[in-house]
Amino acid sequence: MVIKYSKFISFLFLITLIGSVSYAEPHKQLSDYNFFKDIKNQIPRDETVPYKIANPLFSDYSHKFRFVHIPLNTAAEYSYNNVFNFPVGTTIIKTFAYPIDERNLDKGFLLLETRLLIKNENGWIPLSYIWNNEQTNAFLKYTGHTFNVSWISNNGQEKYVRYRAPNVNQCKTCHEINNKIQPIGPKGRNMNINFFYPSGEANQIDFWHDKGLLNNIPKPLKENPAIWDDTKYEINERARSYLDANCAHCHQRGASASNSGFYLNIEENNSSILGIYKTPVAAGRGSGGLKYIIDPGKPADSILLYRMLSTDPGVMMPELSRNLQHEEAIPLIREWISQLK
Amino acid sequence: MKINKKIIYFMAFIFISNFSYGKIIIEPGPNAYDRIQEALILAEPYENIHLSSGYYEIEDGLSLDIDNVTLSGDGLDKTILSFKNQKSGAEGLLVTSNGVTLSDFAVEDTIGDAIVVKKANGIRFLRVRVEWTDGPKSSNGAYGLYPVESKDVLIDSCIAIGASDAGIYVGQSERIKVINSEAKFNVAGIEIENSYFAEVTNNIAHHNTGGILIFDLPNLPQQGGHDILVKNNKVINNDTPNFAPEGNIVGKTPNGTGIMVMANEKVILEENYISGNATAGILVVSYLDEYEDDNYNPLPNKIFIRNNQLNNNGFEVDKVRAEPIALLTKNKAPEIIWDGVTSFPEWIGLSKQQRLILGSNKTKDKKTDMINLNLMTYALLPWFHKIKEDYDDYIGEGISLAEVNFKTKW
Repeated sequence: MVIKYSKFISFLFLITLIGSVSYAEPHKQLSDYNFFKDIKNQIPRDETVPYKIANPLFSDYSHKFRFVHIPLNTAAEYSYNNVFNFPVGTTIIKTFAYPIDERNLDKGFLLLETRLLIKNENGWIPLSYIWNNEQTNAFLKYTGHTFNVSWISNNGQEKYVRYRAPNVNQCKTCHEINNKIQPIGPKGRNMNINFFYPSGEANQIDFWHDKGLLNNIPKPLKENPAIWDDTKYEINERARSYLDANCAHCHQRGASASNSGFYLNIEENNSSILGIYKTPVAAGRGSGGLKYIIDPGKPADSILLYRMLSTDPGVMMPELSRNLQHEEAIPLIREWISQLK
Repeated sequence: MKINKKIIYFMAFIFISNFSYGKIIIEPGPNAYDRIQEALILAEPYENIHLSSGYYEIEDGLSLDIDNVTLSGDGLDKTILSFKNQKSGAEGLLVTSNGVTLSDFAVEDTIGDAIVVKKANGIRFLRVRVEWTDGPKSSNGAYGLYPVESKDVLIDSCIAIGASDAGIYVGQSERIKVINSEAKFNVAGIEIENSYFAEVTNNIAHHNTGGILIFDLPNLPQQGGHDILVKNNKVINNDTPNFAPEGNIVGKTPNGTGIMVMANEKVILEENYISGNATAGILVVSYLDEYEDDNYNPLPNKIFIRNNQLNNNGFEVDKVRAEPIALLTKNKAPEIIWDGVTSFPEWIGLSKQQRLILGSNKTKDKKTDMINLNLMTYALLPWFHKIKEDYDDYIGEGISLAEVNFKTKW
């Protein structure tokens, strides 16, 4: 009898233990990760590598400081079109900041949030750390945060934005493909540019490879697609690069706007699927009374441009991360649509 | 022995408490967004987040991504989430997880859609109201209840008012029940689009532009809508002029449409009460816009209409959106209208398809009138065009549909 009970007890105990186990909690403070030598000035330690990407997402003119931390003696696998396959334990770090004065960056930055993507055995975990007013550290917050920010823009104008740090669910809206969270930026075609490291200027992919952080890089490196704001490239290529970076994280198969049947990833070639003479499905007043997503030759009649111009949350695209018009990109997309036939 | 028993009880208690599901109660007041959103993010599966009765002012879009959570209120007129001052988010509430239940609350005046559910396996809306409180306006959000790319969708005893597209909209989904619900002052009351296996029963759709729409559209990941039952609904007095922003497919819905089927295969319309719809009681049409999509079938097929009660429909056809009908019927349409578009072999008589099947339907004078607009001939051989009004030509053996059985256990 007693033996039976004790077996039962140990069974219960085991089940109880299993039921109680939970995943390791993320750190509450950004400084606990020890990524930075000087956290306030965003100076990384040697094991934390800064990088930039060729075609970034527009986020209301915020500046982004990007870093990757790959565990010692492990490396990512190179891919041109897909995000590098990073080893478990990798953290991708991105700090969003506004310059005090865009014309003179030496005046410093106001740091708003630092987002982390941490890769564990089950996949990527998104986290957002909100900077304190003293700018000494950032603190984990799941629900996002609203900042009212002003700064001096390139032309000396005072600009204002209601900046929303996303909540954890909103991270997934852009970062989820086929129900898996993924980084967006660090893929081969976005990384093949130079960076000014403390040790001097170098190609990012070569630098990562030389440090043992990236395997299987092609020799020679495959050329990048157009950089959206570099006028040495053709309008069509620049526009497609811009739309890929700013729209395709949702507007591709398996991503959060898959139901639209309207895809803007750079590999897409079907003109209907790219929006040409395609009528909207569930745009509501986002259509602006216009008939087609892209009406070739007629930018003013194209829903795509209408939604880029809007700052009304019920109309504008992208839905997240933008409250202001991207003034420099609008002429490019306008020109591109007017050249389409 | 005694000690052992105590230990067992204690362990059993811990064991059960690990699996018993908590309830988090939230009261109205300041920082409603932060408090609700935090609960939605930190929720454990099977937890209930309960919003006590009152008025919650929310400025940013809420979202839920934890499986099997219940978000409940004290009643659809008692717990009210107001988005009147919404500053961000394309919808009021976004659900992206499986097995969720939303019950007994209202979402009002969102800047975009009210409640969007994406890619869920199992979603229940019970006694939920979505409303734009200024009445029908083209600046209202597009969709009220908006599950899309989902499986096992139950919408029961809900109310949708004022959507500038569809009040209750189920798109690109599978296994669907929309029951006991009410849709009014929307452009489309209830719309099932590009979906498989749906039951739309015991609802009231009134004062919309179109009461119930069963659509299938091209160039979408899921298309070829089929197996849809529309039964025992009251579709009456759909008399709100179309206020959809132009460019949207529902903008084409004629003012005063009862039930409209566009494309789709195997649809049964039965035992509905359809009255007071100015353009038509029942409208069966093909997708006539240009499109580029080899996999799309624009023609309705096996649309079975029986035992409906129709009266006082088609008394003033919308001359703009239903121009051919107005033209061919001299503004007074019969109760049931089919555009008569077929494949080319059918048109020249080489093959036969039962696109429209009529059972017995009741009208005031005991005879249902229908019309085949014969638009193919109208377009191709206008001199030979004749409308066809012989109801008996379309009487045929009906189709039957299997009952919709959900796989999700809520």
